[in-house]
Amino acid sequence: MSRAARTDPRRAAGGAAGGLVRQVLPPVVLLVALVGTWHAVVVLGDVPPFVLPGPAAIARKLTTYLDPITSAALVTGRNAAVGLVVGAALGVLLAVVAAVVRLVDVLAEPVVAALAVVPVVALAPVLYAMYGAASEQARVIVAALAVFVPVYVTTLRGLRQVRPVHRDLMRALAATPVQAARTTTIPTAVPFVFTGLRMASSLAVISAIVAEYFGGPRSGIGSFITTAAAGSDYAQAWAYVLGGIVVGLVFYAVTATAEHLATRRAGA
Amino acid sequence: MSTTAAPPAPAPLLRAHVPAPRRVTPARLARVRPLVAALSVLAVAALWETYKWLGPEQGWSLGGTRLLPRTTDLAMPHTWHMVARLFEPVSGATGADVLWLAVLRAGASSFGVALVGWTIGVLVGALLAVAMQRVTLVERAVLPLVVLSQTVPLIALAPLVRSWGARLEVGALEWQPWMSVAVIASYLAFFPVAVGMLRGLQAPDTIHVELMRAYGAGWGATLVRLRLPAAVPHLLPALRLAAANAVVGTVVAEVATGLPGGLGRMILEFANFAASDPPKPWAPIFGAVLLGLVAAGLVALLGRALRRFRRVEVAP
Amino acid sequence: MSAVQEQPASPPTPHPRGAVAVAVQQVSRVFGGRGGDVVALQDVDLTVAAGEFVSLIGPSGCGKSTLLRLVADLDEPTAGTVRVFGRSAREARLARDYGIAFQQAGLLPWRTVRANVELPLALAGTGRAGRRERADELLALVGLADVADRHPDQLSGGMQQRVAIARALAESPSLLLMDEPFGALDEMTREHLQAQLLRICAETRAAVVFVTHSIPEAVFLSDRVVVMSARPGRVRQVVPVTLDRSGATTPGSEPHDDAGDDLRNDAAFFTSVAAVRDALHGGGAAGRGVDVR
Repeated sequence: MSRAARTDPRRAAGGAAGGLVRQVLPPVVLLVALVGTWHAVVVLGDVPPFVLPGPAAIARKLTTYLDPITSAALVTGRNAAVGLVVGAALGVLLAVVAAVVRLVDVLAEPVVAALAVVPVVALAPVLYAMYGAASEQARVIVAALAVFVPVYVTTLRGLRQVRPVHRDLMRALAATPVQAARTTTIPTAVPFVFTGLRMASSLAVISAIVAEYFGGPRSGIGSFITTAAAGSDYAQAWAYVLGGIVVGLVFYAVTATAEHLATRRAGA
Repeated sequence: MSTTAAPPAPAPLLRAHVPAPRRVTPARLARVRPLVAALSVLAVAALWETYKWLGPEQGWSLGGTRLLPRTTDLAMPHTWHMVARLFEPVSGATGADVLWLAVLRAGASSFGVALVGWTIGVLVGALLAVAMQRVTLVERAVLPLVVLSQTVPLIALAPLVRSWGARLEVGALEWQPWMSVAVIASYLAFFPVAVGMLRGLQAPDTIHVELMRAYGAGWGATLVRLRLPAAVPHLLPALRLAAANAVVGTVVAEVATGLPGGLGRMILEFANFAASDPPKPWAPIFGAVLLGLVAAGLVALLGRALRRFRRVEVAP
Repeated sequence: MSAVQEQPASPPTPHPRGAVAVAVQQVSRVFGGRGGDVVALQDVDLTVAAGEFVSLIGPSGCGKSTLLRLVADLDEPTAGTVRVFGRSAREARLARDYGIAFQQAGLLPWRTVRANVELPLALAGTGRAGRRERADELLALVGLADVADRHPDQLSGGMQQRVAIARALAESPSLLLMDEPFGALDEMTREHLQAQLLRICAETRAAVVFVTHSIPEAVFLSDRVVVMSARPGRVRQVVPVTLDRSGATTPGSEPHDDAGDDLRNDAAFFTSVAAVRDALHGGGAAGRGVDVR
């Protein structure tokens, strides 16, 4: 029952310094090559900036607009973070209820399945109507809804993953339902919750950004991208996009680290 | 001390008989599911109306932020008003379609575009997955970038794709605006397929791979006979996710490019009626829900066709 | 149908819990399945005296694990009664009268070895200091005192099973239920753990119901071997085993010591193994011939 059988060779390779280089180098090289080609195409092909902005132009805009980009990123980040927390909390809570009360599980299943395949951002306009056009709430709610689904699904799955031998053990040790939950169900489910959080993290950011296209105050990354694109200043738009990418990466990194820490001891 | 084997024992030997559980046959499940779905919809509607009935009129705010929405008919129309509005004409213009028909038309238009986007995304994702499985270096280089690509908000791509498309002419084929939308939808759809299919292609047990090698099967034969069938349980949830993403991508890209005739445009347009005709903006939302469900349903049908390979369904 | 136990040398001391550990009477267990009912057990009688070591052995599907689960109250019989120390199986479980070891060690991977052994005590409400002391004592008993702070994934299969056994002994039960605990281990580790188990049982004087697939293992460990047959599951024969185990119950802690080797080489051992094998292969098939026993 050792973890050796399950070791992802990529993780094992990450230990030694040489392994780390092998991990990081190829995508970095590819990325640099792609950016380089892009730059070459723009310069050599004399491509006008309204067709395809070059990386150099974007970098310039980035430095010029660094302050507004940062504040927009913070607004979007805040919305996404609140949405992530709210959506995750609701997801975990409802999953716990669904695991205990079968009726809730049965009723929630079609709703969650529908929510998973439905464009949540379509709700943005009516949410602005419900909360007022000047509020950030609509974006938070869209993000929360987008987060709720993966967290609910993975948490519910995690709550059902208690191994039969552990279930038998709890029964044989005459554990009360609360004790059994604390000693086996919850520790088994925790890694699944964190996996759901990782999956949901970038969804939260993207949903928050996309919700900004449908209205609301001009405060976050998405609204600035739209404004810049409408003014045909694509280099500026892409500078904001970079800000959005950074926010997404930060969220992913944080949740992925949390997931890694949580699954360390989950094992077989 | 020893018991001899008894002659074939008739059932009455047992005093208490544990009744067999009612079998969950596919037929029974098929009957119950629509009922449960309908019940869930009613439950959600009931929740809506209950809050509307009991909730504070101006909503509930904590500090400066409004946490619960306003319950006025303007902000939250009654569910039955939303349904009734569907049967009224779209606008006051003469000859205007009934709202539900208009929504269906827009939905069909979006569906077509989403389908094209999904197909392209699936093809690209599958090709990438095969390439990544074949050459480990490609996997190491490309996979992180694929993951990274999904952090780029779609909206930024829309104007780019549209202007590129305008310059693109393959013979007599001119770039249509809907093609930009399809490309953006495919951008969202290819990611789950690439990741899911890669995982599926890598899923077979080592012993199976070695068995193929022992039979002298080359990479191509192993791909077709082992890896692809083994990938199906991973592929189907990915295809479902790709369908959902294609729908989202289509709707958002329609907003970004201003494509007429689709649901995205309709959502944006009707949003302006939030004050004057509160139930109206909800109609395209129902349309979007229907679109997502239809897309998922089609993937489910595909899954049925591939049932032979799906003895075990794997989580995405 | 109880067996009268003969102690080798010392006069029999009355067991504190009374004479009978497990009394199974006319127990049947039927599972309703898709293709009809499966009769896992039919009219099984079994009595285990206090301090007695009884093995259940038989082919797959003979119901030995099912029987063990019925005694542990992890399942309910369709007919018949199960009494443990004079109480119903359920009462015995809630009173924590027994300790159980499964085929998979079933250790909780997020707890250290010590915390795993402490688990039954923690659930019973024992205080922290008392738990720790008892856990350390048990780990010393199974020879794993030095890995107390490791996690299960850092241990080998044999070590994990030893931890599981230590856990089963946490509340000093008078009855141990073991479902093929050594099944997943290699032969050498098995033999070593068998010797350790004998030693532990001699010290704790617990009654043991032990499910196994291995004839030598059953003979090595048991006072009686209950041979079962399949379809339907029933007791075919009970084979008493009388061996002088005093040599094997001296403590020895090196991995492959020969504590049990003398016993395994004893002529009486081979006779008993042959007897059990006969019981397994024989049976009341009509017209089989003279030499059925």
